[in-house]
Amino acid sequence: MPHDHHDHPHTLLPSDPALRVKALETILTRKGLVDPAALDAILETYENQVGPHLGAKVVARAWSEPDFLAELRQDASGAIASMGISGRQGEHVVVVENTPDVHNMVVCTLCSCYPWPLLGIPPAWYKSDAYRARAVREPRKVLAEFGVTLPESQKVRVWDSTAEVRYLVIPMRPAGTEGLGPMELADLVTRDSMIGTGVPRAPE
Amino acid sequence: MTKDHAPFDEPWQAQLFALTVALSEAGHFSWPDWTRAFGATLQLHGAARPLDGRDDYWNAWLVTLEGMLEHSGAAARDEAEAIRVLWERAYLSTPHGQPVRLDR
Repeated sequence: MPHDHHDHPHTLLPSDPALRVKALETILTRKGLVDPAALDAILETYENQVGPHLGAKVVARAWSEPDFLAELRQDASGAIASMGISGRQGEHVVVVENTPDVHNMVVCTLCSCYPWPLLGIPPAWYKSDAYRARAVREPRKVLAEFGVTLPESQKVRVWDSTAEVRYLVIPMRPAGTEGLGPMELADLVTRDSMIGTGVPRAPE
Repeated sequence: MTKDHAPFDEPWQAQLFALTVALSEAGHFSWPDWTRAFGATLQLHGAARPLDGRDDYWNAWLVTLEGMLEHSGAAARDEAEAIRVLWERAYLSTPHGQPVRLDR
């Protein structure tokens, strides 16, 4: 943020919501209701560590290992935890698999429930009223806006996430990927393909 | 629908998020309770005009948390406002380049 020392003899004043957050943080830490170290750990996790690259690893493994896919179907949270991925809002993950007959798409009509440990913090569009309202009402139109056009014969199933259940879409494995290893496969798995508003990249 | 790979647009949103998660983990409220309250605020705010999922969303989040903390007594509204004013004064009275502190 560019600023001139002479124009701003004092420190730049943060925005109103920023000051209100600081006020809450001050009160809660003074009362011992939150631990500043815990806050820092949460920030570090969500700003730098978790993200769609973790979900992509899960999908790539599901594509390559039938046993792992079977585990995911049985108990997705357990299977994911066995890969060392766990954390808040990932306790009750359910995987939904795309097939030539069914395309799955995830929304949270209440607020913005999302499998954080697998995908990180949801993108702005996932949290917007436009998506939350329209995903259920006119999913094909929404998909078209994301550049996804499905054959008429493929049904669209929309899953509404809640505080209790988070969905992860397992997209269809792209054609021509038979020889690829887990890392290369994971590179094809986009965040949107795991929400159901996209499809995986095609191999080069 | 582009440029949405950064998890937060502004640092206060990240702080707010962390504060809420920390409170829930410390047992102050359950996550389902949080989502119910937050969903109600979103619905209220969204009645006037569609929310964009950015500032709108985080403002609704902040209003929800302030309301829950007021309700539980953890941070009364007048107390929060008083501390906010102290922070504002601290920023305005701290020379540029110095760390801003709240001493009172």
